[in-house]
Amino acid sequence: MGLLSWIIVIPFLTAMVVVAIPRSQWKAIRWVSAIGTSINLVLTAVLTYRYWQVSAADAVSIKSALFTKLYFVEQFPWFKSLGIQYYVGADGISVAMVILTSIIIFTGSLASWTVETRTKEFYAWLLVLVTGVFGVFLSYDLFLFFMFYELAVLPMYLLIGIWGTGPKEYAAMKLTLMLLVGSAFVLVGFFALYYASGLNTFDLQRLAQVRYPDHFQAWVFPMIFVGFGVIGALYPLHTWSPDGHSSAPTAVSMLHAGVLMKLGGYGALRIGVYLLPEGAKMWGLFFMGLTTINILYGSFGAIMQKDLKYFTAYSSVSHCGFVLFGVAALNLMGLKGAVLQMFSHGIMTGLFFGLIGMVYGRTHTRIIPEMGGLGKVMPWLATAFYIAGLASLGLPGLSGFVAETHVFLGGFFGNPWSNGMIASTLTIIATMSIVVTAVYVLRGLAAVFQGPITDHHFEHLTDATLPERISTGVLLATLIIVGLMPGPFIDLIEGPILPILNRLNESGVLAAVR
Amino acid sequence: MTEFLAQHTPTLTHWLYLSTLLFSIGLYGLLTRRNAVGILMAVELMLNSAALNFVVFNRFCAPATVDGQIMAIFVIAAAAAEVVVGMAIFVALYRYRGTVDVNAMDTMKD
Amino acid sequence: MDQLNLGFALRNAWLIPAIPFCSFAIVGLFIAPMSKKLAGIVATASVFATAALAYAIAWEYFTLFPAGAAHPAIIPFSFEWLRYQPGLSVTAGIYVDPISVLLMVVVTTVSALVHLYSNGYMHGDEGFGRFFTYLNLFTFSMLGLVVAPNIVQMYVCWELVGVSSFLLIGFYYQKPSAVAASKKAFIVTRFADLGFLIGVLILGYQGYSSFPSLQGSIAPELVKYGVTNLQPIDFLYINHPLVLQSLLANGGTIMGVSLLTLAMVLVYSGAAGKSAMFPLHIWLPDAMEGPTPVSALIHAATMVVAGVYLVARLFPSFAASEQALLVVAYVGGFTSLLSAIIGITQDDIKRVLAFSTLSQLGYMMLALGVGTMAHPLGYTASMFHLFTHAFFKALLFLGAGAVIHAVHTNDIWEMGGLRKKMPITHITFLVATLAISGIPPLAGFFSKDEILAAALGNHFNVLFGVALFVAGVTAFYMFRIYFVTFWGPFRSHHPEHAHEAPFTMWFPLAILAVLSVIAGFFPMAEYVSIGEPLEHEGINWAIAGPAIGVAVFGIALAGFFYSGEAKRAATVAAAFGVLYRVVKQKFYVDELYIFVTKSVIFQFVARPIAWFDRHVVDGGVNLSGFVTRRSGANLRHLQTGQVQTYSVWYAGGALFILLVLWAAAMGR
Repeated sequence: MGLLSWIIVIPFLTAMVVVAIPRSQWKAIRWVSAIGTSINLVLTAVLTYRYWQVSAADAVSIKSALFTKLYFVEQFPWFKSLGIQYYVGADGISVAMVILTSIIIFTGSLASWTVETRTKEFYAWLLVLVTGVFGVFLSYDLFLFFMFYELAVLPMYLLIGIWGTGPKEYAAMKLTLMLLVGSAFVLVGFFALYYASGLNTFDLQRLAQVRYPDHFQAWVFPMIFVGFGVIGALYPLHTWSPDGHSSAPTAVSMLHAGVLMKLGGYGALRIGVYLLPEGAKMWGLFFMGLTTINILYGSFGAIMQKDLKYFTAYSSVSHCGFVLFGVAALNLMGLKGAVLQMFSHGIMTGLFFGLIGMVYGRTHTRIIPEMGGLGKVMPWLATAFYIAGLASLGLPGLSGFVAETHVFLGGFFGNPWSNGMIASTLTIIATMSIVVTAVYVLRGLAAVFQGPITDHHFEHLTDATLPERISTGVLLATLIIVGLMPGPFIDLIEGPILPILNRLNESGVLAAVR
Repeated sequence: MTEFLAQHTPTLTHWLYLSTLLFSIGLYGLLTRRNAVGILMAVELMLNSAALNFVVFNRFCAPATVDGQIMAIFVIAAAAAEVVVGMAIFVALYRYRGTVDVNAMDTMKD
Repeated sequence: MDQLNLGFALRNAWLIPAIPFCSFAIVGLFIAPMSKKLAGIVATASVFATAALAYAIAWEYFTLFPAGAAHPAIIPFSFEWLRYQPGLSVTAGIYVDPISVLLMVVVTTVSALVHLYSNGYMHGDEGFGRFFTYLNLFTFSMLGLVVAPNIVQMYVCWELVGVSSFLLIGFYYQKPSAVAASKKAFIVTRFADLGFLIGVLILGYQGYSSFPSLQGSIAPELVKYGVTNLQPIDFLYINHPLVLQSLLANGGTIMGVSLLTLAMVLVYSGAAGKSAMFPLHIWLPDAMEGPTPVSALIHAATMVVAGVYLVARLFPSFAASEQALLVVAYVGGFTSLLSAIIGITQDDIKRVLAFSTLSQLGYMMLALGVGTMAHPLGYTASMFHLFTHAFFKALLFLGAGAVIHAVHTNDIWEMGGLRKKMPITHITFLVATLAISGIPPLAGFFSKDEILAAALGNHFNVLFGVALFVAGVTAFYMFRIYFVTFWGPFRSHHPEHAHEAPFTMWFPLAILAVLSVIAGFFPMAEYVSIGEPLEHEGINWAIAGPAIGVAVFGIALAGFFYSGEAKRAATVAAAFGVLYRVVKQKFYVDELYIFVTKSVIFQFVARPIAWFDRHVVDGGVNLSGFVTRRSGANLRHLQTGQVQTYSVWYAGGALFILLVLWAAAMGR
C-alpha cells in the first residue's frame, strides 16, 4: 500500500481504534485521535517533501502538457465491467489540499478536547469524515471521487444533529439535504461524462483525453459547477452555510468551513474546468457575475450579524466567493488564486471557528453585544482572533493577501473568451468587499475584545490552555508563513494549473468523441 | 332432461362466466364486508373461482393432462391453510380488541 | 552590480527594513513577555542602528552621485517575492534614489528619537512591551514603503503601515474612544486604499500589456543600476516616459477621462486617505487618541507623509496626466485652508496639532500639484517641506506630550503658565512654533518659501493666495496654543504640580529643536530634483517678504488675544456665533460620514441584505422543504390503514388497466 492510501486509511483506522476503546476511557479516545491525526500530519510532510523531489524533474514539461501529471499513483480495477477503479494519485493541488486537511483535522481534534458527551462516537464520525475528505482530494476516478465525497458529507448530519447547539436538527437537515441536491447535480454530470465519452471508464485522466461536443459541454459544465457550487456556497445556494456552521460543534465547523467547502472549488476546478474547457468558456462570465454577488453579499450580510458564528459564516460565504470567482476567471492568476484562497481561507476560517469555540467555552455566549473587553483577560485568544481577522480582510504578510490579489488580478486581466470590460468591472465591484470586510471585522472584534469589560463574570476568565495554544499556534504560523514566503507554495500549485490552462487555450487538439 | 342437458353442454365460456360471477361476488364481499370472517369467506369464494378456472381450462384445453386438477388441489390446500391462519389471527384479535370489525384495524397507517 | 562600486552600507541596504522587522519579531515573541525594560532597550537600539545605516546609505549614495549631478535610482538588492504569472512578479527590494534616501533619514531619525522618548513617556504602562513591539512593526512597515521599488510592495507596506497605525491608535484598547478612533482610521484609509488597489490593477494591466513591446528599449539601460529583472509594476517602468507615452496613446478614455488620469486619480485617492486630504481627513484628528509619541511618529512625521511620498514617487506619471496633478494641487490647497481654519477653534492641544498637520500636508500636496516636469520646483519644495516639517512637527507633538505627561490633560484651557515650570519644553516648543510659522531663519521658512515660489512660478495665483493666507492663519493658531499653554496664569489646578520632563524625554526634544533650526539651510535643490534642472535662485524676497509679514501679523494677533487672560478671544468668538460653532464642529463632516455609513449604508444596504438572505433566499430553501412536507402530509390521507380501501384502489387499478388493454386491442 502506498503513501497516499495510507493517508486516506489512517483516519479510518484511527476511527476503528476509537470504536474499539470502551466508552469509559474517553480521555484515551482524545489521545488516540490526536495521535492518529498527528501521524497524518507527519505523512503529509513526507508527501510534500517527496512531491518536491519528484515533481522537480517535470517542471519544464508540465508547461506544455495537456494533462496534469500525477505522482504516487496507485491504480487497480475495482468493478471491471463498469470501468470503476481504485485510482489515487497526487498533483500539486491535491498536495496543497492534503496539507490543509491535515492541519485542520489536527488542530480540530485538539480544539475538541472539551467534547465530553459521547466522545467516542464524536471522534469516530469526525475521523470517518476526514477519510472521505482525503479520499476526494486524492482520487482520480470519478466514481471513487463521488463515493468519498458522500462519505465526507453524510457524517456531517450526525455530527451537527447530535453534538450541535441551537436549532441543530433543522440545521443538520437543511445542510445535508442541500448538499445532497448538489451531489445529485454532480452525479448527473458524472454519468453524462461517462456515457458521452464512450470509453466505459470513470478514469479522470482518460476522460480528459476526449473533446466533448460544445452543446454537451454547454449543459454539463453548469451542472457540475452548480453542483459543486452548493458546497462551495455559491449564491443563492449558500444558505445552509450560516445555519449549519453556527449549529455545528467547534471541530465540525472548522472542518466544514475549512475543508469541506473547499471540495466545491476543488471539484469545479478539477472536474468542471479540466474536463469541460469549452463549457467553462461559455459560462465563465456568468459565474463571475454570480460570484461577485457572493463576495459582496456575504460581506454585507456579515455586518448585521449578532452571533459570532453567523458572522464568520457570512464572511465565509464572501471568501468562498473569491474561490469560485477565481475559477470562473479562467486564467493563470485566477485559477492559482482560487487554489490559494481555498488554502488560505481554510486555515483562516478554521482558526476563526476554533477561536469562537474557545471563547464560547469560556463566556457561554456567542452574541457579540453581550461580550466586551475580553482582550484584557484572554490576550492570546484576542491576538489570534485579530490576526485571523486581519488575514480575512486581506492584510499583506498574511496568506489572504496573496490569494486575494491573485484573484483580483486574474479577474481584472480577464481572458480571451469573455468581454474584458465586463470582467474588469465585475472585479472592481468585487474589490469593494475589502472595505466592507474591514468594517465588519473591526466592528465585530472591537465589540468582543476591546473596550471595558462589560460583564463582571468575564473578569475571571482564563486565557488559552496548552492544547488550545498549540492548535491556534499551528494555524497562525501557517497563515504567516504562507503570507510572508508565498514562493514555494505558489510553485507547488502553479505546476498543475498550467495543464488546465493549456487545455483552455488549445482544447481543439483533443480528439473529438468517437 | 338428459337430452336437454346433452344438447346444452356447458362450454368453456359458460364456465368462465360462472367463475367470473363467483370472483365478482367474492370481490364485492371482500370490499364491503365489515366482519373479518365475512371477508375470509369472500376470499374463499375468489379462491374457488380461481380453482374452478384451473379445472375448466384443464378440461377444455388439455384434457390429456391433470396439471389443472393438481393446481386446483394446491389452491384448496392453500385456502385451507389460509383459513386456519386467518381464523387464528381473528380469534387472537377478538380476544385482544373485542371486535373483528376491520374498520377498527387501521394501525398500519401510523 | 559590476558597473557601480557600492560601499558597505549600500550593499547591505536590505538591513534597513530587516533590522526593525527582526527586532519586532524577537521583541514581540520573546522579550516583551519576559522583561518590559529590555523590550524598550532592544527596540530602541535596533532603530538607532537602522538610523545609523540610513545615514551611511545617504552618505554613500551622495558620494556616488554628488550634489548637482544626476541622481539615478539604484536597486542594490532585490529578490522575487511573489510570482503572479510569468512576466508579472513582485520583486521586493531596496530602491535608492534621492527621495527614498531623504525619507529613510527622516523616518529613522524621528523614529529613533520617538523610541527613546517613549522609554520615558510610557514608563510604568502595563502595555510597555506591546507598545514597543507595535512601534517596531510600524518602523519596519514605513521603511519597507519608503524603499519599495514597485507599486505592489508599496501597497503591501502601505497596508502594514495602516494596520500598525490601527494598533497604535487603539493602544489603550479598553478606552472606547480610542477603539472607535482606531477603527475609524483603519476603515477610512482602507476605503481610500480601495481606489489605490484599483489604480494598481489598472497600472498593472496596462504595464503588463505594453511590457513585451517596450521592455527591450527600457530594461538594458537599467541593468547597470541593479535592475536585473524589470517588471511591469516597477516604478522604473511605470514612470518611464516611453511607457507613459504608450499609455496615453493606447489607453483610450473612459467617460471622457484618459485611462492614465483615471488610474492616477485612483492612486491619489489612496494617497489622500493616508495623508488625510479632504474629504478623507476625518480620521486624523481622532487618531490623537493614541499615545502622544505615536502621534508624533505616525501622525505627524512619517505615515501621513506616505501619501505625499506616493505622489512624489509617481510624479512623472501624475505629470503626464495633467488633470490628475491639478486634482492633487486643488485638493491640497483646499485641505490646507479648511484645516487651518478649523485649527483656530480647537481646544485639545493634540487636535490643534493634528489640524496643523493636515494643513501642512495640504501644503506639500499643493506643492507637488503645482510642479511640472518642465518646471519642477514644486517637487523639490514639497520634499523640502516634508523634510523640515517632520522635525518641527515631531518636536511639537513630543513637546505637547511632555506637557500632557506633566499636567495630565489635553485641554489647553486647563494649562497655562507652564514656561517657568518646564523651561526646556517651553524653549523647544517655541522653536518649533516659530519654525512652523515660517519665521526666518528657522526651517519652516525656507521650505514654505519654496512652495510659494513654486506656486507663483507656475502661475497658480489662486493657490498662491491660499497658501499665503494659510501661512498667516498657521502662525495665528500655533501661537494661540503656545500662549495659552505656556503664558498667562495657571488656568486650573493641573499646571501647579507640573515638572520638567525626564532626560529620555527632553533629550529628543533638544535634538529635534536643533534640527528644526538648521534643517532649512540644507541645499535641497542640489540633491532632490526631477525633470528639468532647477535654475537656482535663492530666496526671492518679493515672495518671502509678504510671507514673513502675514506670519508676524498672525503671531501679533495671537499675542493680542491670548497672551493674557484671553477674554478678548471669547468676545470675538461670541461675535461670530453660528459660524464659530460650525467651524468648531469641523464643518460637521464627521456627522455627515456617520449619517452616510450608519443611517444609509448599514440601514439601507446591509440590513436589507441580511433580511433578504434570511427571508427570501433562505425562505426559498425553506419553501421547498415546506412544499415537500405539505404534499406528503396531504398524500398521507390516502393511506387509511384500511385494507379494504387499498383493495378498492387495487381492484380499480386492475380494472383500469384491463380497460386500457381492451381499448388498445379494439383499436388495433
